[in-house]
Amino acid sequence: MLDRRLLFVTGKGGVGKTSVAAALALVGAAQGKRTLLCENDAKGDLARAFETGPLEYKPRELLPNLSAMTMDTEQSLKEYLRELRIPLVGRIGPIARVFDFVAHAAPGVREILTVGKLAFEVRENHYDLVVVDSPATGHVVGQLASPEAIREVVHVGVVRSQVQWILEMLQDPATTGAVIVTTPEEMPVNETIELIERLDVEAHVGLAAVVVNQLLPELFTSREEALFDRLRKPAMTKRLTQLAGPGAPAVLDAASLAITRRRSRVEHVERLLQAIPDGVEPLFVPFVFARRRGVRSLRQLADAISAELGVEP
Amino acid sequence: MSPRATDYASSAGIESLLSAKEIVIACGSGGVGKTTTVATAAAMAAVHLEGRVLALTVDPARRLANALGLQQVGNTETRVDKQAFADAGVTARGELWVAMLDTKASWDELVREHAPDRRTADAILANPLYRNITAKFVHSHDYIAMERLHDIHSSGRYDLIVVDTPPTRNAIDFLDAPSRMADFFSSRLLRWLIAPYRSRLLTVASKPFYSVADRVLGAQFLQDIADFFILFQTMYDGFVERAKAVTRTLQDDRTSFLVVTTLDPDPVREAEFFIAELRRRQYHLGAVVFNRVLPAYLRDRDARVAAERLRDEADDLAVSMKIGERDRAAFADVLREIAESFLGYRALATRQAEQLAEFGSASEVTLLVPALEEGVTSIADIVELGQRLW
Repeated sequence: MLDRRLLFVTGKGGVGKTSVAAALALVGAAQGKRTLLCENDAKGDLARAFETGPLEYKPRELLPNLSAMTMDTEQSLKEYLRELRIPLVGRIGPIARVFDFVAHAAPGVREILTVGKLAFEVRENHYDLVVVDSPATGHVVGQLASPEAIREVVHVGVVRSQVQWILEMLQDPATTGAVIVTTPEEMPVNETIELIERLDVEAHVGLAAVVVNQLLPELFTSREEALFDRLRKPAMTKRLTQLAGPGAPAVLDAASLAITRRRSRVEHVERLLQAIPDGVEPLFVPFVFARRRGVRSLRQLADAISAELGVEP
Repeated sequence: MSPRATDYASSAGIESLLSAKEIVIACGSGGVGKTTTVATAAAMAAVHLEGRVLALTVDPARRLANALGLQQVGNTETRVDKQAFADAGVTARGELWVAMLDTKASWDELVREHAPDRRTADAILANPLYRNITAKFVHSHDYIAMERLHDIHSSGRYDLIVVDTPPTRNAIDFLDAPSRMADFFSSRLLRWLIAPYRSRLLTVASKPFYSVADRVLGAQFLQDIADFFILFQTMYDGFVERAKAVTRTLQDDRTSFLVVTTLDPDPVREAEFFIAELRRRQYHLGAVVFNRVLPAYLRDRDARVAAERLRDEADDLAVSMKIGERDRAAFADVLREIAESFLGYRALATRQAEQLAEFGSASEVTLLVPALEEGVTSIADIVELGQRLW
């Protein structure tokens, strides 16, 4: 997966998409790749994950080999017009108004300015690896399919030829890939399966990996489970309560809760594995009970992903 | 194991909200169980109140269909079979209907309705820009969702409409969509852009813009844009009028918002942001729903003491419990495992309680909803969940 240059990380809300994107960037940087991590909206989740101040459009180096930025489509448009050496930018009035018009008239413009900027960073070799914390499953296809949509409405001009090379980059599976993050729960798995199909059919973007996040540990071996079942019998529970204190039944309840949780998740993992195409390896990441999110839990996540990828952390 | 009811006592039920309002809009970040909340609230209103209740989802993903166990939900409103409630062991006093927004079909319908004649409508529907805007782009969902909500509401077909929305940042767009649409159609920029294509005469002021735009986008594209908006202008009055009516619907005192979140840090931050936005717009906040709340016994002090004892004295306890020598070591392992597991979940539950305390009382109605391990896949599940809330 890390041989690709441009990775779009997506997933249903709440599955840990941002953390996985950040951890993947850490893994890339640890491999010696000059890595750029980009957040797609200015929510600041990425900055919080790194326990750093707000990110800006201009990439900032957070760690050796690792820079991060936040997408700002207006800045991207300015940069693009500068790149095209359009001389009249200063004289065509406030760029914001023009941008506003363009973005509203053809809303795909906002998406293409995001994708285009990131593809540009790859093409110009500013970075070896660009990791994007992309929109959630419902919206990512709109983003990745935006070059194609633009191509359908813009038939000539600079934009048309620009879109062409972006498309070629996005649709080259050796260069670009989508990473779908999911948890082993019903709705996230449903959306993942649906997205695998749509990425292929609507955006023609290759699937680089599926990350199964927040896997719960197996509590017992089958022999231990038999012993636990014995412990749940009233006489045994009573005896344990006498020895360990009045809180013992709650500890047993919590263990049953943990077992039920894990079991209900197993079937979703199995369903997901069936839907993952050949050649795409699922990456399994355990649930982290860490007290707070931050750099420490990010490192744990990066270590888990490194182990799954078989690379040195 | 079912969570204990007392863990989730709420300050006031959701009943008065659902019986007093005509539109209830659920919002919150993705993955917090918004759709399930919408389905539950609508189902319970149908069970307990008389009349017709519609659960309307505007989310591009097909979640409500899954939660309601329906195979196909389209733009048409479908009634959930009374038998599904009977199977769940309850009698519904009212009717439950569901619909999922089909963006493309809704736009087409809107154009047909507002275009001055059929020829104009067909020309708009055939315009390449129109097709792309309505079918492919995310933001067109926002306006059409509000428009459709308004349409259904003013039809008077339902006593209550419970609405699902896209994740928060989008939901803000979704609140602003009607006024943005009105602004856009009235904007000088738009008239400025269309003018030269009408008069075929470039003014000195607009010339630089066109030379840039031509080079960047190509004349054909500009022509398409102009055609599109010239056609769309024929619907201008109808659209602006509608957009204003939709905005009034949101502000109406018959409309209320449910903010849905889990007790994880990011969704909570979004919920707070959303509540602030609702206040700023003077929209009615009906309730805050916290989903996936872990049971309170996980924070019990005695339970912690017991867990620590199981962890630290597992070997001795295995002896005291008179476990046979053959199983003793494995038994001690079991005690350590369940103790560690408890302490892990206790940490999660403690963090949740801290989040809840920090959140404060944003709304008079706060609902705590237990974590459901088996997921919600049928009306029976929804009813079971709803009975804990009602």
